[in-house]
Formats: sequence, structure tokens, C-alpha cells
Amino acid sequence: MVVPLEHVIALSMILFSIGVLGVLFRRNAITIFMSIELMLNAVNLALVGFSRYYNSVDGQVFVFLVMTLAAAEVAVGLAIIIALYRNRQTVNIDEINLMKN
Amino acid sequence: MSLSFLFYLTATIAVASAIFVVLNKNAIYSAILLVLCFFALAVLYLLLEAYFLAVLEVFIYAGAIMVLFLFAIMLLNLGREDALPKFLYLQRALSVLMVALFFLGIILIMSYEPGMLHQPDDTFSAGGIHVLGRALFSKYLLPFEVASLLLLVALIGTVYLAKRKI
Repeated sequence: MVVPLEHVIALSMILFSIGVLGVLFRRNAITIFMSIELMLNAVNLALVGFSRYYNSVDGQVFVFLVMTLAAAEVAVGLAIIIALYRNRQTVNIDEINLMKN
Repeated sequence: MSLSFLFYLTATIAVASAIFVVLNKNAIYSAILLVLCFFALAVLYLLLEAYFLAVLEVFIYAGAIMVLFLFAIMLLNLGREDALPKFLYLQRALSVLMVALFFLGIILIMSYEPGMLHQPDDTFSAGGIHVLGRALFSKYLLPFEVASLLLLVALIGTVYLAKRKI
């Protein structure tokens, strides 16, 4: 491998943590959605690293399926956000509290 | 320039652009920086010898998904987000603590169980499209078909959500 597996996992951890912090800190639904994409990519990177390390194609098949899932998720999620914006005129998740209480 | 140096350089670019994606107040800049992050990840896939996945990363993420994001951002006319109205200090402290615990857990696992990872095989032959395609259509045929069903469900759901009245 180019670098030890631990470094790939460390990079994946850092990217995943940035994504988690983005979801927890930001209030804009679109930015939160982009952070979710970041987390999916961090996991993909770890899977590719393990696939290279164990010399097996299984990890790459998982990455392939995760990419399919991400495409479906983005299409439905952005449709939901646009429908939400049409109804409430906002994408700030603090103001979207229809189901609170 | 050795390949490991290229790996660390690209990793730095990926982490820096990811941080700016999260910190930037303007959603358009966040999306553009996320494209940069995806390109950096594609280079990392190339260095890890996953050639077909690197191509897919650029096609699907940087090409299709981010175009959809930019389309949505411009459709909703999201400019600069106002300065965060109320700072939830407790929530932020707790989320940083949670991420620190996550780091600690993985570092503990990796340091206490060194025998968990066996020695790597140095010849690698699973990066190209031949091996991946063979695995997808034999061992992983059922997940592949379920993925196509998932895409169909997403298509129908999106068309329903796009209707005027929901």
C-alpha cells in the first residue's frame, strides 16, 4: 500500500467527524445534507482502504452500493427540502417544528 | 515526488476543503468546496488502486449529485445565511465531546488489538473493472438488483414529491 492502513482510517475518521460536526452545528438544511454526503464519503474511503489492505474486491462492491444509495438519497432529500421550502418559505431547521410538542 | 507524499498532500486538501464546507456561511461556496473535496477523494482512490471507483466518484458525486445540489441552492435562492441567531453552547460542547469519544474509541481499538489486522498482501489485483464487475454479477447479484429497485423507488418518490400539492 502507499501508506499504512492506520493513516487511511485516521483520514476517514477526521472527515467523518467534520461531517458530524457539520450536521450538529449548522442550521441550514442544505448544508446539513452536504455534511451527510461528506460522512458517506469518509466511510467509502475506509472501505476502499480495507479493500486494498485485505486484497479483496468486497469493499469496493460496498462502495458501489453506497454510491447508488447516496444518489437515491440526494434526489429524494432535495425534493423534500424543496417541498418544505414551498410550504414554509425557510430551510432553517430551527423554524421547521411542525411535529414538535 | 513519492506516492505517499502525494497521498498526504491530497489528504490535506480533502480535510481543508471539508472544514471550509462546514464553516462557510454561503451555501454556494460550500457546494463548490465539496466538489473539490470529492476530487481529492477520487485521487485518494486512485492511490489506493481503486481505479473504477475513482472514475465513479467523479461521475456520480462531482458530476451528478453536486449539480443537483447547486440546482437546489439556486432554486431556493439561498444567499448568505444570517449570523447564527442563538449560540447553543451546551449543544456544541456536547457534540465536540461526542466526536472526541468516537476518536478515542477507535484509537483504543487500534492500539489494543494490533493482531486484528493481518499482514497485507502486496500484490493487488482487485482495482479494475473486470474483477468488480465479476463480483457484482455473481456473488453480489442480489444486492445489485435490490439497488436497482431502490433507484426505482427513489424515482417514483421524487416524482410524487415534485407534484404541486402534497
